[in-house]
Amino acid sequence: MSTAARTQPAATLTTGVRGGTRLGYALQAEWTKLRTVSGPAWLLLGAAALTIAVSTAAVGATRCPHGMICPVDTTKLSLTGVQFGQAVVAILAVLVISNEYSTGMIRVTLAAMPGRHAVLAAKAILVAALVLAAGAVAVFGSVLAGHLILPGHGFTSARGFHPVWLSYGPTLRAASGSVLYLALIALLSLGVAVVVRDSAVAIGTVLALLYLFPILLAFIGNAHWQHRLERWTPTVAGLTIQDTTGLRSLAITPWAGLGVLALWAAGALLAGGLAFRLRDA
Amino acid sequence: MTTQTTAQPQPGATTDDSPRGTGFGGLLRAEWTKFRSVRGWVIGMLLAVVLMVFIGVFAAANSSIGCQINGGPPKTGKACVPAIPHGPGGEVVSDSFSFVHQPLTGNGSITARVTSMTGEHADLTGRPVQVGNGPGMVPGLAPWSKAGIIIKQGTRPGSAYAAMMVTGLNGVRMQYDYTQDTPGMPGKVSAARPRWLRLTRSGDTITGYDSADGVHWTRVGTARLSGLPATVRIGMFATSPGDVVTQNSFGGSSNQGGPSQATGVFDHVSLTPAVAGGTWAGTAIGGGGPAGAGPGGGPSGTPFTRAGGTFTVTGSGDIAPVTPGPGSGYPTVTVEQSLAGAFLGLIAIVVVAAMFFTAEYRRGLIRTTLAATPRRGAVLAAKAVVIGAVAFVTGLIAAVISVAVGVPKEENQGQVLLTVPALTEARVIVGTAAVLAVAAVFAIALGAVLRRSAAAITVAVVTVVLPFLLAGLNIVPSGVGAWLLRLTPTAGLAIQQSIPRYPQVTSVLSPVRGYYPLSPYAGFAVLCLWAAAALGLAFVLFRRRDA
Repeated sequence: MSTAARTQPAATLTTGVRGGTRLGYALQAEWTKLRTVSGPAWLLLGAAALTIAVSTAAVGATRCPHGMICPVDTTKLSLTGVQFGQAVVAILAVLVISNEYSTGMIRVTLAAMPGRHAVLAAKAILVAALVLAAGAVAVFGSVLAGHLILPGHGFTSARGFHPVWLSYGPTLRAASGSVLYLALIALLSLGVAVVVRDSAVAIGTVLALLYLFPILLAFIGNAHWQHRLERWTPTVAGLTIQDTTGLRSLAITPWAGLGVLALWAAGALLAGGLAFRLRDA
Repeated sequence: MTTQTTAQPQPGATTDDSPRGTGFGGLLRAEWTKFRSVRGWVIGMLLAVVLMVFIGVFAAANSSIGCQINGGPPKTGKACVPAIPHGPGGEVVSDSFSFVHQPLTGNGSITARVTSMTGEHADLTGRPVQVGNGPGMVPGLAPWSKAGIIIKQGTRPGSAYAAMMVTGLNGVRMQYDYTQDTPGMPGKVSAARPRWLRLTRSGDTITGYDSADGVHWTRVGTARLSGLPATVRIGMFATSPGDVVTQNSFGGSSNQGGPSQATGVFDHVSLTPAVAGGTWAGTAIGGGGPAGAGPGGGPSGTPFTRAGGTFTVTGSGDIAPVTPGPGSGYPTVTVEQSLAGAFLGLIAIVVVAAMFFTAEYRRGLIRTTLAATPRRGAVLAAKAVVIGAVAFVTGLIAAVISVAVGVPKEENQGQVLLTVPALTEARVIVGTAAVLAVAAVFAIALGAVLRRSAAAITVAVVTVVLPFLLAGLNIVPSGVGAWLLRLTPTAGLAIQQSIPRYPQVTSVLSPVRGYYPLSPYAGFAVLCLWAAAALGLAFVLFRRRDA
């Protein structure tokens, strides 16, 4: 957004105050577009529901029988659903831009708001805000499931497991980080979709970015490459934010891992902004 | 241009009445023309090949592990590969055990009573080491610790054999030539409940018997070892495979392995024909002497002791096929690991397949298509056939190149390549192409149902890729993972499994290691069922809904 302000010399833009500025108008316009079709609402609802459902299923299926040592990161387990939720979030973010291209709406949008950076910034802000809201619900539901179910399955404080709850620092970090993670995945997807424009190719590219690296990591035995993949790929590094045990053995610290994902998202948005500005719609 | 091609073979109103053969043939041609004339889709398929080969070869070329042998300098690559025997069937095998033997010429038999089997294994629980055992060893038997009698071609590791044995947890078994296993009497052996074992050679045929009392014998099985020489080795053995403990850990290594050893006590040993003055020799085949004593040395380095008619044999190792995973004690690599790129190829193919259908809606072409061919079921079928065939050919080319380039690279990574028969390798390659083809049909059906490419692609990719990820990376507990691999479309990837799962080998279920809970074809059938169900739903909806 600051990039937008610098490259657009219009003085009103730099203020960034809603109402009266181009970004403000763009935000209003994009918000109207988003809330007047049912797709985004369903996708947000779906992302939250799927995340909570998968997390609950994962938590419900895990038990720690008596007399066994269970090396389980209970917080990470409770947040398993994020692995699924991110795919739905990616669909939402991709469709926000690629639907406009497939229907030709983008030409109307740009005729009404020629400031392309403002349009993209508005889309990014709205998508991020909506995903943050849905993500907060999804993550809270997942943590709640872990909090309620895990103690009954043998993961008690008496056996050294911290209760999965937001009052425990690492869990709070993992939970809030997971919400940010989902928002960053949405921004990454948005950036890719602006570059690619076609919804099918965009979602394919995003899904490859999300899921390919963890699979590759499983197949590669080379320690150097493992380390590189763990440190620098968007989902593997980004999801370290969910780790609360064995932090010493991580290739990257949780917040730094989320930072790597933020770099990917920023890079994608930057590339998207550039492509959006340079190409004809 | 597509419109013209569609219309050409079936001019106007005759379409409905045209015989099915020519009508469907024309449809296929029309759909094929649509496909090949969209440059992006053709590029997408080429991209699928390139990505699949690149990722597969990259994974194969970077699976390398280093090693350090006996404190020597660190090594990498082929220098790390241990000399490893191949069994009569050509498969890589473990063949290390303590062997107490005599030569046997011509036909004959051996009978022995096993009165006890005990063992110890590496302490994998992190508890304090118990005094009196080897370093870090605790008492206990592995499920497949073995002690019994054996007739073997010779003392060369990997040579043919047939054996009757008692096992740690699996009762009496007859096993031969590494891969074959037949159960005999159940239950553990003890002094109160000894087990009598007998092997009889008649030409190439060896028959195994067991008995609880040495009077009433039951035939367990018969082995035909073709090409068995006139003089073979006959005697008693003991061995015990590495102990593997699987724990549900998340994102980390969930399996721990360590050595174990087994000790069998035999008496009432008799050979027919009795060899006058025959002496028993003890050999640690394949370095399979007692564990924890160092190779061939240490206080208990001799594989057996004899007190009168009682023999006590101690050994470690295994007589079994080598399987992927920590159980074998070797770092192993399989043919299908060079096909890791199939996931990326799948994403590219699924994208093209979904677009192949949804693009018609976007451009309104669907109305032209349906005006030319009102038989909607036939249109969908033609599309499915065309995209399935294109995906199959694409996948086949990519899989052949991946294996041809990747497998030789795998051999240079310091790991034991688990070779498989040519037919199995062909099944892995063709199966990978078939999985991609069925996934393409699944995606096109989802495209017809959802009419949104993004949703169709996401469902197709996530249902195939994510269960693999969750189960393979231990993100969910192994029990849940196994059910995911049985029920979701991911099950189809089982067709890539090149090494069968042997019940007589403790192995860790992990799709990354090429182990699926379903057999290759059963897993593939699950994927086909998903595609068929989606296609069925697509037929119904496509006929009902307006275009």
